[in-house]
Amino acid sequence: MITGSSTVAPVVADVAKRYENTHPGTRIEVQSGGSSRGISDASTGVADIGMVSRALTDEEKQKLTAHLLAADGVCVIVHKDNPVKELNKGQLIDIYTKKVTNWNQVGGADATIVVANKAEGRSTLEIFVHFLGLDNADIKADVICGENLHVINSVVSNPNTIGYVSIGTASAEAGAGTPIKLIVTEGVTPTMESVRDGSFPITRPLNLVTDAETSPAARAFLDYLMSPEIHDLIEKHYFVPVR
Amino acid sequence: MSSLPQQRPRPVGSRWLDRIFAVTGAVAALLSVALFVSLLWDLVRLGLPELSWEFFTGEVEDAGRSGGIAPLLVSTLWILLCCLTLAIPLGTGCALWLSEFVRRGNALARLVTGGVDLLASVPSIVFGLFGMVFFAQTLGLGFSILSGGLTLACMILPILVRTTLTALESLPADLRPASAALGLSRTTTTAKVLLPAALPGIVVGITLGTGRALSETAALLFTSGYSTRLPESISDSGRALSVHIYDLALNVANGGAMASSSALVLLALILVVNSAAVALTGHWLRRRHATS
Amino acid sequence: MTSSRNTTLCRSVDRLVEAVLGLLALVSGGMVLLIVWHLLAGAWPAIAAGRLGAFFTDAKWQPGSLRDPQFGVVTMLVGSSLVTLLAVVIALPVGLATAIFHRFYAPAFLERWNRRMMELLIGVPAVVFGFWGLMIVVPAIVRVAPDMPGQSLLAGGIVLGLMILPVIALTSQAALQAVPTTLLHAAAGLGLGRARTIWSIALPTARGGITSGVLLALARAIGETMAVVLVCGNIPQIPTSLFDPIRPITSTIALEMGYATSSHKALLFCAGLVLVLFTALFVGWLSFRRNDTDPGTGGA
Repeated sequence: MITGSSTVAPVVADVAKRYENTHPGTRIEVQSGGSSRGISDASTGVADIGMVSRALTDEEKQKLTAHLLAADGVCVIVHKDNPVKELNKGQLIDIYTKKVTNWNQVGGADATIVVANKAEGRSTLEIFVHFLGLDNADIKADVICGENLHVINSVVSNPNTIGYVSIGTASAEAGAGTPIKLIVTEGVTPTMESVRDGSFPITRPLNLVTDAETSPAARAFLDYLMSPEIHDLIEKHYFVPVR
Repeated sequence: MSSLPQQRPRPVGSRWLDRIFAVTGAVAALLSVALFVSLLWDLVRLGLPELSWEFFTGEVEDAGRSGGIAPLLVSTLWILLCCLTLAIPLGTGCALWLSEFVRRGNALARLVTGGVDLLASVPSIVFGLFGMVFFAQTLGLGFSILSGGLTLACMILPILVRTTLTALESLPADLRPASAALGLSRTTTTAKVLLPAALPGIVVGITLGTGRALSETAALLFTSGYSTRLPESISDSGRALSVHIYDLALNVANGGAMASSSALVLLALILVVNSAAVALTGHWLRRRHATS
Repeated sequence: MTSSRNTTLCRSVDRLVEAVLGLLALVSGGMVLLIVWHLLAGAWPAIAAGRLGAFFTDAKWQPGSLRDPQFGVVTMLVGSSLVTLLAVVIALPVGLATAIFHRFYAPAFLERWNRRMMELLIGVPAVVFGFWGLMIVVPAIVRVAPDMPGQSLLAGGIVLGLMILPVIALTSQAALQAVPTTLLHAAAGLGLGRARTIWSIALPTARGGITSGVLLALARAIGETMAVVLVCGNIPQIPTSLFDPIRPITSTIALEMGYATSSHKALLFCAGLVLVLFTALFVGWLSFRRNDTDPGTGGA
């Protein structure tokens, strides 16, 4: 039984299916419920493995071990028709604290910037906020979104919106024709490669957590998850394998 | 349908009112249709190309971006079955008790009605949490179709109770005294006279409830779960179609087209289930009239 | 047909049936208590820590802030109430007018098609409504109010309104259908025009059923989660215009539950409890009033 982050669940479900096909007789159940569910279920033993889309806190590290499944970057997106291509950290801080409120102040058209933030507790929020050196309370948002695809569709429906999402999701959607654009940050273009080689500054880990009492069957599956055999599945979900 | 017989010539004012009513009504009806078409437009545009025989019979692949939804259809139907099996007796029974077996203004009846109405306003996500804690954990059903079905039953219960109650209360006032005069017991009256007469109204409730159940996502995510495997029994986890649509739309990159096609299948499913309910009711009622 | 010769048996059967049905009714009515109990259990850690006061006095909702954590829920209560009210204000006239039209003015086959369409609309998952709102309603709002985010109270009200429209339309249609044709013919015989008959005879008679439908719709609207979270902007604030973003309590629970630490989770349970109790005051009061004034033909 594997529970946790809804970001990680699709890829782990795919891997589980492949594992079941190649190891007949095994039965793996993947459920979602959020990263904190992954942590609590793994701690209490309800789940053999937990899926968590962020790093563990020190308190969590005392009971659980994290195994890095993949890396994911967080990039800023705007609408494709927005002339702005690049924003540095200072500009982002100004935009997100509303010191700058019009696109023409950062090289765009004359329009009010609509700031999209993520909801409390999301790892993308925490990583982005950490990167900017701010506190949650400092951010003045116009719209708060939950999932990455919510942010993306918010940008599509209102072209003056700025938001931040997982690089993988953004690349996938942009590649399929969704009218969004990934913003170059601090001089680095957000792509899977720049996440892989570490040049992109905003990244988050996708972890699998176990506690001390994990069954051998679960350990075997965990090893499979850590192996290069499933890198193609990780990439199909637009995350970056780390080995 | 114009059920009123032809009118004699009447004052001009009344005709104006009639025109206003007709136009307002027509505009409202057209608006409903326009909104409905608008809603369906993108679904059809994105989803229709993906529909194929493989879609209906295949397994879920690549997190749902390719392959089919066959196991999900099975899970969804099983969840619906569990839900209705609990909700219909409970809801009809409650409504019957309130309508036939208690005095008006009875305190207990008021409490029960209040409780049912309150139940209707519990947020769907709270149902999900409740189902997860009560059915899945406390009752030990875990992630299963049964957990999901029972949670959904709680959720649509108020709809069934309310509509059945309305149907029973709208029955002609002379049915009950006439029945009593014939010497029929309360039970017989209820079972053989009232229920059949109220059946069309009750079926409206069931179709409302079914639609609600099939469209529910939050409550099922934590109860019947995420698994795309073909369920072997109702104690297995099975992903409902609505959960699949939610996952594809919000969690999986490039899942939009498949989400739309799944949604189209869900709508078709509702059409089928509702048409079946209406047809069965009509057939049954006709048989009764034929033999009596 | 049961012979009534053996009346004691009939009476015993009656009593048995009454008991069984009563039991079913008690289970139905008591279900909500079970849910409230579980909510309380989940919320207990927050209540025990004395957070409940802050719930109502804190101005903002930012539980994750390290510098200035605030847990005020009032803005979200207002958000929930406003968006629900807006939805009913939009859906009631349209739904009722549609039902009247189809019952009294339109040919029979149109009524059947309308009913099919409404039944379908009820089954559309909230996510689909949400996306429709985000991709179609929000850009339209942006065109009207270009400086506003677009995701707003108005967008939420429109999406919710469309979601509850079929409930109101279908229950109103059923209620109007149940108006005895004898009444309608009598009215015609008295010389009342069609519109007048509808206004003075049919509507009042159907009022009970229509109100039931509105209650159901209201309840659905206030509890709706998935659709509103996509279109109302989710900023916890009291709106000053229809174009301001708002956040209903349900959105908070949906957005934050999966990622909340245990103390945060208890707060979310608290929020859910507040919503249910708040709705209880309103819907319960409406329901009690309805039971008092409803003519009905029930029981004996």
